Amino acid sequence: MATHPSYDVLIIGAGGAGMRAAIEAANSGASVGLICKSLLGKAHTVMAEGGMAAAIGNNDDRDDWRVHFADTMRGGQYVNNYRMAELHAKEAPDRVRELEAWGAVFDRTPTGGINQRNFGGHRYPRLAHVGDRTGLELIRTLQDHTVHLGVTVHMEYTVIDLVLDEGRAAGVLAYDRHRGAFQVFEAKAIILATGGLGRAYKVTSNSWEGTGDGHALAYRAGAELIDMEFIQFHPTGMIWPPSVKGLLVTEGVRGEGGVLKNSEGRRFMFDDIPDNYKSQTASDPDEGWLYTQGDKAARRPPELLTRDHVARCIVGQVKAGRGSPHGGVFLDIAWIKERMPNAADHIKRKLPSMYHQFMQLANLDITKVPMEVGPTTHYVMGGIRVDADSQMSSIPGLFAAGECASGINGANRLGGNSLSDLVVFGKRAGEHAAEWARAYGQPHLDEAAVARFEQAALEPFSRGADGENPYKVQEDLQETMQSRVGIVRIESEMHEALEALDEYKLRAGRVGVAGQRDYHAGWHTALDLRNLLTVSEAIARSALERRESRGGHFRDDYPDKHEEFATVNVMVKQVGDSMQVSRVPVIAIPEELMQVIEEQKS
Amino acid sequence: MNSDATFKVWRTHPEGGGTFQTFDAKVSEGMVVLDVVHRIQAEQAPDLAVRWNCKAGKCGSCSAEINGHPRLMCMTRLDELNLREPVTVEPMRTFPSIKDLVTDVSWNYRVKTKIQKFQPRHADAPDGTWRMAQRDVDRVQEFRKCIECFLCQDVCHVLREHNKHEEFIGPRFFVYNAALEMHPLDTADRIPALKEDNGIGYCNITKCCTKVCPEHIQITDNAIIPLKERVVSRYYDPVTRLLRMFG
Repeated sequence: MATHPSYDVLIIGAGGAGMRAAIEAANSGASVGLICKSLLGKAHTVMAEGGMAAAIGNNDDRDDWRVHFADTMRGGQYVNNYRMAELHAKEAPDRVRELEAWGAVFDRTPTGGINQRNFGGHRYPRLAHVGDRTGLELIRTLQDHTVHLGVTVHMEYTVIDLVLDEGRAAGVLAYDRHRGAFQVFEAKAIILATGGLGRAYKVTSNSWEGTGDGHALAYRAGAELIDMEFIQFHPTGMIWPPSVKGLLVTEGVRGEGGVLKNSEGRRFMFDDIPDNYKSQTASDPDEGWLYTQGDKAARRPPELLTRDHVARCIVGQVKAGRGSPHGGVFLDIAWIKERMPNAADHIKRKLPSMYHQFMQLANLDITKVPMEVGPTTHYVMGGIRVDADSQMSSIPGLFAAGECASGINGANRLGGNSLSDLVVFGKRAGEHAAEWARAYGQPHLDEAAVARFEQAALEPFSRGADGENPYKVQEDLQETMQSRVGIVRIESEMHEALEALDEYKLRAGRVGVAGQRDYHAGWHTALDLRNLLTVSEAIARSALERRESRGGHFRDDYPDKHEEFATVNVMVKQVGDSMQVSRVPVIAIPEELMQVIEEQKS
Repeated sequence: MNSDATFKVWRTHPEGGGTFQTFDAKVSEGMVVLDVVHRIQAEQAPDLAVRWNCKAGKCGSCSAEINGHPRLMCMTRLDELNLREPVTVEPMRTFPSIKDLVTDVSWNYRVKTKIQKFQPRHADAPDGTWRMAQRDVDRVQEFRKCIECFLCQDVCHVLREHNKHEEFIGPRFFVYNAALEMHPLDTADRIPALKEDNGIGYCNITKCCTKVCPEHIQITDNAIIPLKERVVSRYYDPVTRLLRMFG
């Protein structure tokens, strides 16, 4: 039997969380392997635009971790794992400063500090940023730092399954996308940092990699997933032309003064401000404008309310017949020329990627005319249930960090909290995985399991070109999730979705591909289907269970929040061959932190 | 616009070499070349290999040569192309082929690890960090826009025609060097390596790299020429040489 590459810590996924984990594990002396589906530095993190939230207080010294913590809990509607929200708020400033020490070049304040911008749900300007390409800055900084630490990077490998040793993480079976060859990796500890699952939906801002791999790998290995009903639909995605539908339009546009209007030219966001945000929201457009320009006495415009709320307001306008020509609403940044000289240059400097994105892909100059935007599947709050401090899942030796882990965001994530989540919990996962690897010996790798996984992965080839087209099954699945388990949900439609998913499972079992195994996109799609089916079912079943509306989860049949669900997280777990749904209590918030939340409510 | 167009896509053969395969595809308003490639994959050639990721011009994965021009497939709109003629789509020719449109760009990753990493001076602000003025980081931020699509490497004749991969790091890594050298906090000295190991002298500033940069980085003017000037003033400036001789 050939010997397999073996690491103390094996990390799956090389976005912000995976690379930050790799740095920490390597610095604590562990041997580290890093597996990524793409080339290094291309992960979905690269697309993050607005910034990373950290209460450094450079732009407003009233900010500190308490305010950030309270904002995160309020945004998450209090079903968050409070401890993760606390650690995140406390540690994010150090994680941002450390990036600067590794070469990141954030935009500056007039006094030379890291400049911080406003974002939805954040009380003070809090997002360290680089124009509208903050994700690129984060990923490149981590990448350029990682490559000097002796981390072994396996690019363009995809993990098929986790291999356990008596319930403990022991290794993975992967395939090399170039050659299509199987590769086993052994590890004492494994960190999943695989990101999200936007590709389960038809309209998404996610890259092809967002197929819920980590969620599904963990689930199949027996780990617990929570909060899977909470999907974030970002309110502003491009909607025209069709080929770019879903592509993100950063919240930074609104942070810089952009406003949402319906076909009648009305700023409809002023018409629907939730009670718990009223005291913090501008009373008129003038106050809103002053807020975006840094006036500390002003309150934020309603366009910067939380993403779930803004997305639903947009859907409401379209349903009421007040949408834009292609079924969205208007996002207007060009209007700021009424308020400042050289507005066009200002927009190009503050939002360069957005300017180019619309010029190049839609032939539209955002400094002159409004954009058309609509909601797009952006982020999953739900994921692998982890211990807040160590990021270990319910499987010993299996850790998770970043989007595929769950807890910090509760029912809705605030913009900017994702990038800081990656580095705060990436670091923690790396540290604790290395510690775990030191404490426990080499597990035994179950070669029989590996053989079974390999055989299953090759089945599409045995059916050849006569089998079902994997692309078609994927497309149908995306259509179903979009129309049946989307922004507005209802029991009957979700039951239909589950029936359809059962049928897709059968079809996925019949998909076939022909040809050689090297760099075979059809085969890769066939293998991804299994993960997409698992996470789709988890979303639908969790959404059925939560008979209320909260954060990213909106039920037309239960449009209000319900006390019964205020204190529970919905959990799914594999039992036998079926998905078991249960409710687990939200971790109780200690008295002193309750106090912090209460103090920040005014 | 809702019509048929013809695409000639490079397909490699398992036994080596490759040829163009012709596909007819339906095209509609706003489509980019990568959309067509995906449609061909889904409907006609499921095993067609293409590397892509974000489809938003931010990750730099889908570099190719479209009608002979190095471009990102995701940012090349069909309405910029003459669809009355077949559109050719082929891999970057400077890098070894893996399959179809996918090339082996691992050389770039190896090059980067040889460049001295960022070394900041000691933190000097009271809070244990640094202060930097925006005007002092503007030029570095231009370089840090690079998405590592390697189109500049693809088009550079020193690599493409002369295969100087062992002696010359290419435009991407001059930009990388410039970002480090001009970083207000950095203390390392990369000028000797630029001259001796990285072959900056091979560049004869034809600006081919600048023309293909999808991020519009002024590679030649803002990165390569200033680095060449630093090399010149260090090694060839008569006054400096005299001073060094007696220094």
